[in-house]
Amino acid sequence: MSSRKRENSVRGARNPRKSIALTVLMAFFVLYTLVPLFWLFVNASKTQPDLFSSFGLWFGDDFALFSNIHQTLTYNDGIYLRWLGNTLLYVVIGAGGATLLATMAGYGMAKFRFPGRRGVFSVVLGAVAVPGTALAVPTFLMFSRLGLTNTPWAVIIPSLISPFGLYLIWVFAVEAVPTELLEAARMDGASEFRTFFTISIRLLAPGIVTVLLLTTVATWNNYFLPLIMLSDPNWYPLTVGLNQWNSQSLGAAAQPIYNLVLTGSLLAIVPIVIAFLVLQRYWQSGLTAGSVKQ
Amino acid sequence: MTTTSTVPDARANPEVPPVKLEVRRQRRNWQGWAFVAPFMAVFALVFIAPLAFAIYLSLYRRQMIGGNTFVGLENYSQLLSDASFWSGLSRVLLFLVIQVPIMLILALAAAFAIDSARLHAASFFRLMIFLPYAVPAVVAVLMWGFIYGDEFGLAANLNDFLGSKVVTPLSQKWILASIGNIVTWEFVGYNMLLFYSTLTTIPGDLFEAAELDGAGAFRVIRSIKLPALRGSLVIATIFSIIGSFQLFNEPNILRPLIKNVITSDYTPNMYAYNLAFAGQQHNYSATVAIVMGVITAVIAYVVQLRGSRMEER
Repeated sequence: MSSRKRENSVRGARNPRKSIALTVLMAFFVLYTLVPLFWLFVNASKTQPDLFSSFGLWFGDDFALFSNIHQTLTYNDGIYLRWLGNTLLYVVIGAGGATLLATMAGYGMAKFRFPGRRGVFSVVLGAVAVPGTALAVPTFLMFSRLGLTNTPWAVIIPSLISPFGLYLIWVFAVEAVPTELLEAARMDGASEFRTFFTISIRLLAPGIVTVLLLTTVATWNNYFLPLIMLSDPNWYPLTVGLNQWNSQSLGAAAQPIYNLVLTGSLLAIVPIVIAFLVLQRYWQSGLTAGSVKQ
Repeated sequence: MTTTSTVPDARANPEVPPVKLEVRRQRRNWQGWAFVAPFMAVFALVFIAPLAFAIYLSLYRRQMIGGNTFVGLENYSQLLSDASFWSGLSRVLLFLVIQVPIMLILALAAAFAIDSARLHAASFFRLMIFLPYAVPAVVAVLMWGFIYGDEFGLAANLNDFLGSKVVTPLSQKWILASIGNIVTWEFVGYNMLLFYSTLTTIPGDLFEAAELDGAGAFRVIRSIKLPALRGSLVIATIFSIIGSFQLFNEPNILRPLIKNVITSDYTPNMYAYNLAFAGQQHNYSATVAIVMGVITAVIAYVVQLRGSRMEER
């Protein structure tokens, strides 16, 4: 959009000089955001005794990152890998399904006039205002009567709804998919679904990637929902599993596995951080669409 | 429905008679539902049904004798005189009025700095400040919990260095501020990017005009950038308010470390959770959830109203 155009234009002053003072000030800000992550990396590379004996922000006597990783992945018959697999399952079906549903619905809202459209609009808008966790306990109680708790479905089904994703695609589709194009496809006798899956979906691609990113992060980081829905550790995602390892370190007859909690935490953020860095452009376009065209 | 109409339609394909077009257009009316229905079906299952179920639950009570009985608004009146609920609610309110402004002001300042074109390596800063948002809340809280701890955390290192126990982020006195720090760390980058993205959509000629008028950087911020950010500010404020009222992950994950400091009713959401899962008081738990939902929705609505009123001025 206009952001590209503006790169060349003036931002308040012509040829603004770079300010060292401002850069230094912002460097402190970045220290605040990065030091905890650096701490995590450093301490994930320490043996359990080193954790307690060495300074927190520098490496210990042994660089034990790789043996820690090995131990994390094999501890308790490799339960960590099982949790990683569960997380991937929830992300692929939950976030993938949420993106598909939001894309279809957003497109439907943008490009069709149908009876009840207004109703759909106000119901979905109202849903954004209802705090998600307010619904979590009732959802659990309902799912437990339906016999869905302690199954992957209990985590996946609620993840399938992203009102914000619907809204983003809606806003995006209004301009990205020209109505004349749809008219032309209809004249050629193409069915609406065929048009959607062959033509519209390509035009919507940038919006879809943004929604996919949003829903992926939301499912990958999800903690509250699986915490209440699941009691069998074999179905835990990484987030709930890691927290269980940590609580296990704290009990009365505890066998501390701090090094595994730290290494497991580090491993859990690597994929999502990479996804962020690679696809950051989409983040920004999504946020812009969401905030400007409200 | 066959037609012999010969009235030419400029836009119509010759193979498709005009009347048939009419029929298509009418059918198309309902075709939108084919796209919206799958979403709405799941939506009904995970939003509308639990909401209705929660309202139903809140009107009943499970008794030792007689099982499930209708009690009207008794659960609600019990909640109004429940000290646990009020202390939790006042705690999240305190959290809200302190943490949210600090976080949003930091985010605004960072967004202005990155947008100012006076920063070296601006895109590096943008990325690094946003990075914590990618970290799952569980990992963020575990990490900060360790850092706060006096076993092998930075707090312990500092205390060793100072020779006495001065830094105690997990004590009764500091714990709410420590939680505020974690939440700020997690979300300041998200808000910064929200503001920054909006700033990049301001048309460049506005700045040229301001420059011709001799406006300085701060004048430009006050007269152009802040007004342009109004919508984003309202959205960020609403999200932050909802987040504060729902405060759960951070205190709940820290709780095993310090059971005597973070009680089971520390925030209303933790109270609802522990009522349902530790206390098996499902009906009362649903009541807490509904009241919190209503309070949050009302406040979010008021903020939105005030936001749009500011626009009219």
